[in-house]
Amino acid sequence: MIHSPYIRKPASVQSVMLTVLLALLPGITAYVMQVAAVVVVNLLIATVTALAAEALILALRRRQIAPALSDLSAVVTAWLVVLCFPPILPWWVTVLGVLIAIVAVKHLYGGLGQNPFNPAMVAYCAMIVAFPSLMSQWPPAGQLDFQTQLDLVLGGARQLDAITGATALDAMRTGLRTSGASVESVLQQDGAFGAVGGRGWEWLALGYVAGGLFMLARRIITWHMPVAFIATLAVVSGIFWLAEPARFAPPLFHLASGGAMLAAFFIVTDPVSGATTPRGKLIFAAGIAVIAYLIRVFGAFPEGIAFAVLLMNLCVPLIDMKTQPAVFGHRGSRP
Amino acid sequence: MIARLFNFHGGIKPDSHKNESSSLPIANAPLPPRLTIPLRQSVRSAARCLVAPGQRVLKGERIGAGEGPLGTDVHASTSGTVVGLAPCAMAHASGLDTLAVVIEPDGKDEWIERRAFDHRAVPRDAALRYLSTCGIVGMGGAGFPTHIKLGNGRGIETLIINGAECEPWITCDDRLMREGAAQVLSGAAILHELIGARRTLVGIEDNKREAIAAMREAAAHLTAPVEIVAIPTRYPAGGEKQLIRVLTGIEIAHGKLGTEFGVQCFNVGTAHAVHRAIHYGEPLVSRVVTLTGNVSHPGNYEVALGTPVETLLALAGPKPDTDRYLMGGPMMGITIADLSVPIGKTSNCIIAASPALFPPPPPELPCIRCGACARACPADLQPFELYWFSRAKNVGKAQEYHLFDCIECGSCAFVCPSHIPLVDYFRFSKSEIWARERELKASDQARERFEFRNYRQEREKEEKAAKLAAKAAETRAKLSGSAAATDTAAADDPKKALIAAALARAKQQAATAESGTAAASHANGPGAPDSTNRREQPHPHDSDATS
Repeated sequence: MIHSPYIRKPASVQSVMLTVLLALLPGITAYVMQVAAVVVVNLLIATVTALAAEALILALRRRQIAPALSDLSAVVTAWLVVLCFPPILPWWVTVLGVLIAIVAVKHLYGGLGQNPFNPAMVAYCAMIVAFPSLMSQWPPAGQLDFQTQLDLVLGGARQLDAITGATALDAMRTGLRTSGASVESVLQQDGAFGAVGGRGWEWLALGYVAGGLFMLARRIITWHMPVAFIATLAVVSGIFWLAEPARFAPPLFHLASGGAMLAAFFIVTDPVSGATTPRGKLIFAAGIAVIAYLIRVFGAFPEGIAFAVLLMNLCVPLIDMKTQPAVFGHRGSRP
Repeated sequence: MIARLFNFHGGIKPDSHKNESSSLPIANAPLPPRLTIPLRQSVRSAARCLVAPGQRVLKGERIGAGEGPLGTDVHASTSGTVVGLAPCAMAHASGLDTLAVVIEPDGKDEWIERRAFDHRAVPRDAALRYLSTCGIVGMGGAGFPTHIKLGNGRGIETLIINGAECEPWITCDDRLMREGAAQVLSGAAILHELIGARRTLVGIEDNKREAIAAMREAAAHLTAPVEIVAIPTRYPAGGEKQLIRVLTGIEIAHGKLGTEFGVQCFNVGTAHAVHRAIHYGEPLVSRVVTLTGNVSHPGNYEVALGTPVETLLALAGPKPDTDRYLMGGPMMGITIADLSVPIGKTSNCIIAASPALFPPPPPELPCIRCGACARACPADLQPFELYWFSRAKNVGKAQEYHLFDCIECGSCAFVCPSHIPLVDYFRFSKSEIWARERELKASDQARERFEFRNYRQEREKEEKAAKLAAKAAETRAKLSGSAAATDTAAADDPKKALIAAALARAKQQAATAESGTAAASHANGPGAPDSTNRREQPHPHDSDATS
């Protein structure tokens, strides 16, 4: 017998995931127009791979395939993998990344809702450790025509040094390591920089912000994580920058470069692997921002968000346990 | 004065569906051919039957006497003949039976002699007792006896009259306030006096404009400090703790009652019933019921208590695709298992359900921890955490995360994008915990019984041994006293031998008993009745047989 409540809001996991996909569209549009149109091809490859992998493993696990495929969660994972990978990767790296995300991270832990780690971030970390040079090849914004991009993705043609450039974060890192360099001089020397962040990439950041605001309006995410992440990154980078402006890039540079905005609204906010309580969300997102900044500036990788997310994923059970909100009628006491 | 409103966390805004029946005035439902009046009007207490089959009763006549402090009397809701006492299905999710008085109405609807009751002329206790004999219980939800809720008449600052009616579809309180605002407020004034409140607030959701207007109009004629407050329409604003929070900002702590915080809450229907009881001497024999949902003629009816749902349904004309009936609202109501179930004091609404109106929930998907349930929970719980614990049958952890603060309002299940029937999981966990506690209690009792039995057997054995020893000593004294009578000695010899043997046994038993006690108290600690060492000794009857 069916018990109360007998009515339900017409909400579904599918509509949640669809909203996330729609929210990614402004960022993807900016990506296509500013950086590399080939990202559309990558998205297609990743989507097909994700759905096939999901279907295959569901069959192996003897689960119903159709409901799980139609919830679109695999597509969201696939798109996020593509958006954090360099766009001119050979297709098999994308496929491998998606397989890691779907098979290893999602299904080996029990499927949707069970994975303790963010699938896209595990894929990124695994790939950058396995293929550091491939994963560091970013095209300079607007320099490669579509055919070249397509050749790079589908074929094997690689004349790396000629066609790839450094990302803004990478250029800043290596630039600052030369003696006598300052933030000012690095910004003037390299062509990777735009107004505040990476040239062309600034538009992507804006696109992700637009999508994030859309998700906030649709109540798919709450304000806690984006605000905590952005504010912490700004504050931490601001402190270093104020202390020594010549050695540390300004906060706006850190926010507009790399995957900061993608992370703030789409990566950090992954509900499955993230903290869930209001205070826990603030701690979780702030922790990611601090670790990401430290890795960016002092670590071995130009971008640190992926590692930061995984490290904070580890802390989620503890964070959630220690930040349970007080229950009605129990203010002041927590489990 | 404009009351400052407070907020409660969470809540949802389901489609209200009030328009279907809110414009229809309360009509009198015709009497059914038979009334079934359960002697159990609430879960907490059943009344003792006062009538026998064949007896004629009048409307308002006592047919059941409330027993215990939580008992209230039960009355015939029309005049007629008692035709039997029979078990009937209760309006409860369990569908369990309870004993009911079956009355065949004579159609005259003849009242007992009704006399107004001056609650000011008698001591407060007498007034409360009077309400109990009128069968007044809370008509909003749980049916808790009103005389208990009125408490000891001290320390209540604020009386709250609950006219929120936040469940979709239900309009009985709305109509009652529109049509009987003066009576409701008159009842509120009586409650106000009896509880010794300093102010009275009536909370009504702001989607009931007419009710608010009617109540304000009626309140304008009053001298008492009554304030009609429009509160935001948000389910479950009519939950007692939520309404108290919205109107006063007071948060009733877990396990506490409103009285401890100087605030008490009564439903508008209850206030109306109190008015009828005090001013007209009428016990609670009918209530307003909304008939709505998948019916051709929705409406609000004054229904005699004990009217079976099925005869009531004829008034509304359920459409052919109706597949089941709900009692109460769609958020917290129950599916009626048996349509012969009678209307009780808390039956506010009957909804005809169809697959179109209330579609079966889509298949359950995995939880993605999106937190929508936590944002909707009016008790500030983390339903998805409780769900994981319930699924894992980790009821201890669920309890730690305040499972028992869940009011089962259904908001979490309503918003869940994975269509998880969260409330069902919580009900399951709660019953699991109750079952464990019952088992624990039962095993405790069994252990105590066993230990007491051992203790008793031991005591009896000792008493018997002592008695035997005393008797033997007596005989010995007698024997030594008549030593000269040697002619009987030969006849006594076998007897003497027996006595000596019995004495020796008794001594030996006493000795082992002592050493046994010492050993047992070492093993079990002080105070624990010993059992282990002595069960190997011969049964008391053995020594009986030889002596």
